[in-house]
Amino acid sequence: MKILVTVKLVPDTTADKRIDPATKQLVRSGVETVLNPFDEYAIEAGLQLKEKIGGDTTVTIVTMAPESGKEIVRKALAMGADDAIMISDPKAEGSDVWGTAYALAQAIKKNGFDLVLCGTQSTDSITGELPGALAEFLGVPGITHARKLEVEGTTVRAERETDNGYAKVTADLPLLVSVTKSMNTPRYPALKGIMGAKKKTIAIASLADSGVDKPVGHEGARTELIDLVSPPTRGKGEVFQAADAVAGATKIIEFLRERKLV
Amino acid sequence: MIATTFDALLRRDLDFQLYAMQGLGELVSRERYAEHDVETFASIIDTAYDVAGERFAPIAAELDAFEPTLRDGVVQTLPALAGALDAFVEAGFMAVGFDAKHGGMQLPHLMTVATQLIFSAANGPAAGYPFLTQGAANLLAVFASPEQQKTWLEPMIEGRYFGTMALTEPQAGSSLAEVATLAVPHADGTYRLTGNKMWISGSEHELSENIINLVLARLPGAPAGVKGISLFIVPKFALDPSGEATIRNDVTVVGLNHKLGQRGISNCALSLGDRGACIGYLVGQEHAGMRQMFHMMNEARIGIGAWATCTAYAAYRYALAYAKTRPQGRRTGAKDPTALPVPIVEHADVRRMLLAQKAIVEGGLAIVTYCARLVDDEHSHPDPAEREAAHRLLEVLTPIAKTWPSEHGCEANSLAIQVLGGYGYSPEYPVERLFRDQRLNPIHEGTTGIQGLDLLGRKVTLGGGIGFTLLLARMREEIARARADATLIKEADALAASVDRAEAVTAILVGAQRELGAERALANATIYLDALGTIVIAWMWLAQARVANERAANATDDAFYAGKRTTCRYFFRYELPKAAPMFDLLASLDDTTTALAIAEL
Ligand SMILES: Cc1cc2nc3c(=O)[nH]c(=O)nc-3n(C[C@H](O)[C@H](O)[C@H](O)COP(=O)(O)OP(=O)(O)OC[C@H]3O[C@@H](n4cnc5c(N)ncnc54)[C@H](O)[C@@H]3O)c2cc1C
Ligand SMILES: Cc1cc2nc3c(=O)[nH]c(=O)nc-3n(C[C@H](O)[C@H](O)[C@H](O)COP(=O)(O)OP(=O)(O)OC[C@H]3O[C@@H](n4cnc5c(N)ncnc54)[C@H](O)[C@@H]3O)c2cc1C
Repeated sequence: MKILVTVKLVPDTTADKRIDPATKQLVRSGVETVLNPFDEYAIEAGLQLKEKIGGDTTVTIVTMAPESGKEIVRKALAMGADDAIMISDPKAEGSDVWGTAYALAQAIKKNGFDLVLCGTQSTDSITGELPGALAEFLGVPGITHARKLEVEGTTVRAERETDNGYAKVTADLPLLVSVTKSMNTPRYPALKGIMGAKKKTIAIASLADSGVDKPVGHEGARTELIDLVSPPTRGKGEVFQAADAVAGATKIIEFLRERKLV
Repeated sequence: MIATTFDALLRRDLDFQLYAMQGLGELVSRERYAEHDVETFASIIDTAYDVAGERFAPIAAELDAFEPTLRDGVVQTLPALAGALDAFVEAGFMAVGFDAKHGGMQLPHLMTVATQLIFSAANGPAAGYPFLTQGAANLLAVFASPEQQKTWLEPMIEGRYFGTMALTEPQAGSSLAEVATLAVPHADGTYRLTGNKMWISGSEHELSENIINLVLARLPGAPAGVKGISLFIVPKFALDPSGEATIRNDVTVVGLNHKLGQRGISNCALSLGDRGACIGYLVGQEHAGMRQMFHMMNEARIGIGAWATCTAYAAYRYALAYAKTRPQGRRTGAKDPTALPVPIVEHADVRRMLLAQKAIVEGGLAIVTYCARLVDDEHSHPDPAEREAAHRLLEVLTPIAKTWPSEHGCEANSLAIQVLGGYGYSPEYPVERLFRDQRLNPIHEGTTGIQGLDLLGRKVTLGGGIGFTLLLARMREEIARARADATLIKEADALAASVDRAEAVTAILVGAQRELGAERALANATIYLDALGTIVIAWMWLAQARVANERAANATDDAFYAGKRTTCRYFFRYELPKAAPMFDLLASLDDTTTALAIAEL
């Protein structure tokens, strides 16, 4: 079984981020790059399935990112994935959701797949739209926000998180699933894995090599950024003075009641 | 994994010490490390920071509050500790330095020490369990038979078995010559032990499948003193006839010792052979126990220096962050009572306290990593003369690398509390716990007093004084290098004078050992250790400032490098001058302590 895990490289989640006012885009250079933390859950899900199913099951990492991110992709290999495909092409820069999803879909189709696993969102653009768009381009069902995942033969059973609970869904391979944080605890790359990852293949492909036959990047972007505004600054909080804890708690309860929050 | 901001041990500083100061990168050219590259080192250190930051650091306070408990012979520890240690083991950190043939990663000793530093900074007591295991495994890797290595060492490297060092007895602490535990040969080639061990860290818990105690004991009729001591493997579960470790050995926990600090690591009083059935397996030759122990002593003691450094480092980082945010008082001399208070880091005295801590912790880090590199050179330098030189240098430097960070670490931890004022004195803030944890380090693995005697009474003259002569030469080489840097000439001159003085006073003290006897000449050995230690740390600071200047040539506004320069200056102005009066006292061969009658105390 061929499991592919899509992984985004993002600026360090704890770093201060800056938007370039001219391009209205996030400045991605000069900040340390890391694996999108949400994608570690998808990698872990893939590795656990591989361990369970065994046989000739493989886990391949797929990313669209500049070649300079190669060592970061290696972290995913150090966790235990078998190999990686990187779509690295200056012409990919400026890809919106459509472009990213289309390019990834073409590369994934070219490689062949049974199951595509995604994170639920990135920590930089955070649209959460990519998995849906990717499933569409791949022409397979997409189960988003899965918190539980089982594969038996070609049948996939999953639990989808919803606003007020979860839904049990069943579908057949080939399929795309996006994985939430509640599914598992990602493993740390083990020292043996780190050593082993040096010998694993990271195949770097241009857009053309990946079978991307339409313009993506700035040229193909179908999204136009019209304006950027900062969120309104929050009003000053209200400070209660109280003689003791009981009096303080009473005031807080009153406050919440007034707003029908309790 | 959640992104953490774990910076109890500054990554930039660690990388500076490993790469810029100690040349970790060049070790990959050695045959032993040919499998590795610098990217691998970086990834391993990344993972160490992740595991330490996410699994070790968050439970440090809770681990301190939840001391191990003993019920029906079973020692319970904080449940989250098991999870942290599992993550450590699964990631493979137990195996870092061991030979590939035993299942190890065969990484440089600098990498072993780097990972120890990271985990110690996150949670010292939790890190104690694997570090004791690595120490015990080190001994087995050198002296145990191939079968013993298969049976006991390999599961330790896998992290399934943990290890301990069981030397101390109630009547035998500093003086291991007094070890009285008896080991009687048994018909099947094993031994039966009887005796009491005291203060044995990690000797009972449920955190691993088995616990491998390395026990010092005597055979019947063995020579008195250290020459009659042998080393035994005494596992919690001994081997059954089929060779499986299933027999619960006759090792009883008589009690848990309650401690000022390091509370997360169980520490037991053990009784061996209550039922006459405590099985032990001899390691190496009979009566060779102490010699074997000494073989590993350097690495173990540098490990304590590293532990001490990190315990102070973590407190310093906390105190620094606190000082930047705590508003209190106004600039000295400011008149306007309505002006807003300034963060305490603005006050000169608080800066002095922070600089004093920085000088100790980064100086400590420099000496322990310098020694770790020497261990690598001792084991894998292609030139046999360099291997020998590294060995000789380690002999003299080990007592300093163990003691200076431990003693001055206590000072630094005390200053961290001082920076927090009343809050520092409260368990709500980590500096109080770190202060308590630190207090152990001048005591175990040879007290400061014992280290002083070892340095002045033995190491300085060992092999005709080769090690000491080499140390002086290394310091003078650095002085020559630093003199080429116009900004460091004053410091280089000051160090040169101190090194000359150390050489002269050492000659006086060595002469006095012959003329006046050891008791008088060694009476102030601890002060000698501190004085020479201060010079060694000054040397480390001069080297750090020089390297920082070289690196900063293109980055003059880099605060990290500027901090190295400033702290070097601090050390030379505030700390190095303290060595001179110590040498004066030593040179005078003062007899106040030896001459006094006990009744005068
Ligand atoms: C005009 C325009 C230009 C843009 N230019 C860039 C640019 O140059 N570089 C850039 O990074 N973003 C750029 N973006 C943002 C772009 O929309 C997103 O990077 C991309 O569509 C993914 O969306 P997301 O980050 O919101 O992912 P989400 O939908 O939040 O992420 C869900 C999951 O999708 C997968 N995924 C997302 N991105 C990738 C990827 N690149 N490779 C593999 N898997 C992935 C991951 O598994 C992730 O967990 C641009 C956006 C616009 C509108
Ligand atoms: C928390 C903790 C953990 C420990 N873990 C272990 C462990 O895992 N394994 C193990 O084997 N041991 C362990 N120890 C024991 C430790 O190594 C000893 O406590 C230490 O060696 C000192 O021995 P002692 O306590 O008997 O003190 P003593 O030897 O009685 O020393 C008391 C004082 O006298 C001084 N002194 C003693 N002899 C001389 C001398 N000849 N000249 C000058 N001064 C002298 C010492 O410097 C010290 O200041 C641990 C101890 C503690 C507190």
